[in-house]
Amino acid sequence: MTTYLVPLILIGGLASAGVYLLLERTLTRMLLGLLLVGNAVNLLILNVGGPSGNPPVYGRSSNGSTTDADPLAQGMILTAIVISMGIAAFVLALAYRSYQLTTVEEVSNDPEDTRVAERTDEDILDRDIPDVVPSRDTDAPDELDALPGAEGSR
Amino acid sequence: MTLASILTPLPVLIPTIAAAITMVAGRRPRLQQLISLTSLTAVVAVCAVLLYLVDRDGTVAVQVGGWGQSEPGMGPLGITLVADRLSVLMLVVSSIVLLAVVFYAIGQGISDGDERQPVSIFQPTYLVLSAGVCAAFLAGDLFNLFVGFEVLLAASFVLLTIGGSAERVRAGIAYVMVSMVSSLIFLIGIALVYATTGTLNMAEMAVRLDDVPDGTRAALFAVLLVAFAIKAAVFPLSAWLPDSYPTAPAPVTAVFAGLLTKVGVYAIIRAHSLLFPGGRLDNVLMVAALLTMMVGILGAIAQNDIKRLLSFTLVSHIGYMVFGIALGNHLGMSGAVYYVAHHIIVQTTLFLVVGLIERQAGASTLQRLGGLAAASPLLAFVFVIPALNLGGIPPFSGFIGKVALLEAGAQDGSSLAWILVGGSVVTSLLTLYAVTRVWTKAFWRARADAPEGALSNTTPAALIDDDDDIAFADRDDVGRMPVGMLLPTGALIAVGLALTVAAGPIYAYSERAAEQVLDRGQYISAVLKP
Repeated sequence: MTTYLVPLILIGGLASAGVYLLLERTLTRMLLGLLLVGNAVNLLILNVGGPSGNPPVYGRSSNGSTTDADPLAQGMILTAIVISMGIAAFVLALAYRSYQLTTVEEVSNDPEDTRVAERTDEDILDRDIPDVVPSRDTDAPDELDALPGAEGSR
Repeated sequence: MTLASILTPLPVLIPTIAAAITMVAGRRPRLQQLISLTSLTAVVAVCAVLLYLVDRDGTVAVQVGGWGQSEPGMGPLGITLVADRLSVLMLVVSSIVLLAVVFYAIGQGISDGDERQPVSIFQPTYLVLSAGVCAAFLAGDLFNLFVGFEVLLAASFVLLTIGGSAERVRAGIAYVMVSMVSSLIFLIGIALVYATTGTLNMAEMAVRLDDVPDGTRAALFAVLLVAFAIKAAVFPLSAWLPDSYPTAPAPVTAVFAGLLTKVGVYAIIRAHSLLFPGGRLDNVLMVAALLTMMVGILGAIAQNDIKRLLSFTLVSHIGYMVFGIALGNHLGMSGAVYYVAHHIIVQTTLFLVVGLIERQAGASTLQRLGGLAAASPLLAFVFVIPALNLGGIPPFSGFIGKVALLEAGAQDGSSLAWILVGGSVVTSLLTLYAVTRVWTKAFWRARADAPEGALSNTTPAALIDDDDDIAFADRDDVGRMPVGMLLPTGALIAVGLALTVAAGPIYAYSERAAEQVLDRGQYISAVLKP
């Protein structure tokens, strides 16, 4: 199989630009990055499908070439394009919704994650071994002994 | 045409058609629910029959549309669907889970939904997700596997962001981006494999890859493995999961946790044993498995929110399956197959139970929960069984799966395998600690002892959450747990127990499945018909 250098350089360029954009926090840039990488991959598939040739239709030829072009690679690209178009539309809708809600279209941190990460040993409110005085007399009959318990929870 | 070859496309076909019908019936929720239930029941029936037929007669390969081979021994021209013991087992377990969860969602919608809920797009999207999961399990060529992944991912994007609240949009964005990147890596893998072998059919690819130099094979495997490991949430590619899953509505999280990562595990099994046998990257997989287990479970211990805690245990237990796969021996593979089935059931059940907790107690975080054992002994009962099952307490299926994996590790005998055996035991104990922590806090202590016990959500919500807090004392009485939600949860607990009660035949089946997975010849000859 022969490959040409120019499309490979193009693929590399598109992919690296795409990865750079994907690492941003702004949603539209991430989407653009996704589309660029997607196009790079589509080009890669086209490239691995072999050299150009006759259209894979019986009795049709192009530029007098002797071989047929690979229809499978084109089929795959078509599917990939359709999928990425659908997802791009969805991401745009998400970006718009995010903008509506917060007026920034940036990906924010997970608040619960941040809370867990910033927790220090001192300020754990909910210790596994409580050192606070229980709200009720623990020697008294337990909630469990008085089923059905109306107190505590519902 | 045999019966099996007629049945094979149906798990994909039935939900797809049903999705189209429910879409049209968008204004009539009752009709939608009826169609979903009927079609998913039909899928369960079809898969059960397929299980019997495939186990009896061997692997079935179906050429969709009759686009078969141009000559014997060559790869088929069209799309191939392959049902072997592994994929059929996955289909049966997933279809049971899908049915139970849709039942639960409907029950939740009936008791807690107002005119906005259940949202009319829920049923069609859910059915598309089902079709995608089944398509991925049945795919006989790599590109079709990709399409199956994309179908289920696209549906999962919609389900995860249902209602479009700020929290879900934030989680959804990260989830969409990570999933799309993994899909692109998968696509790169497909392109490279296609460049190497000139085919997409997995059977033909397996034959041709045997002639490819070792280094190239390892590189191809590595690319595919990265793509699948993101989907399966294997450390270090797992950070997206606990971030995104907990925000979704309870039934959605349940089905995601049960199925989506397992599709990734299934793909890893296929790539590892069918396409790239020889175990070149087994050591990498072993280390990844160990780190997945440990990092996952340590993360779980730090969490206060039960949904997040369970998401971390989900990540952690993926490590067990990867461990079994990486061992590459028969015992390891059968342990992994059994463990996948067990874990799909138990993890889904637990998330459904969290949905019940959220409804009854108005919170899913341990900061607020307490006194549940007194308030609802039944809820305590439905929590404790799957929780102990997850922790691997002896009579339950989690124990059986783990013992099989430990035995396989001991049989392998390498030092790395022994380290993993140790890691598995530690992880199992820590899992028990994590679920016991939920038990003592949410169920045993009084609610007044919880730091934020006085607060709760306003009302139980079916699909769309609202973030407003009210004082727990002011919360309206939500009544008993609705039967529509309790029944499917109970059914899944029963299935989980059946994995123990019928452990003999089921484990024997997973051994046969593992044998078939490891013996590539059966798969290849079923598809290529030389």
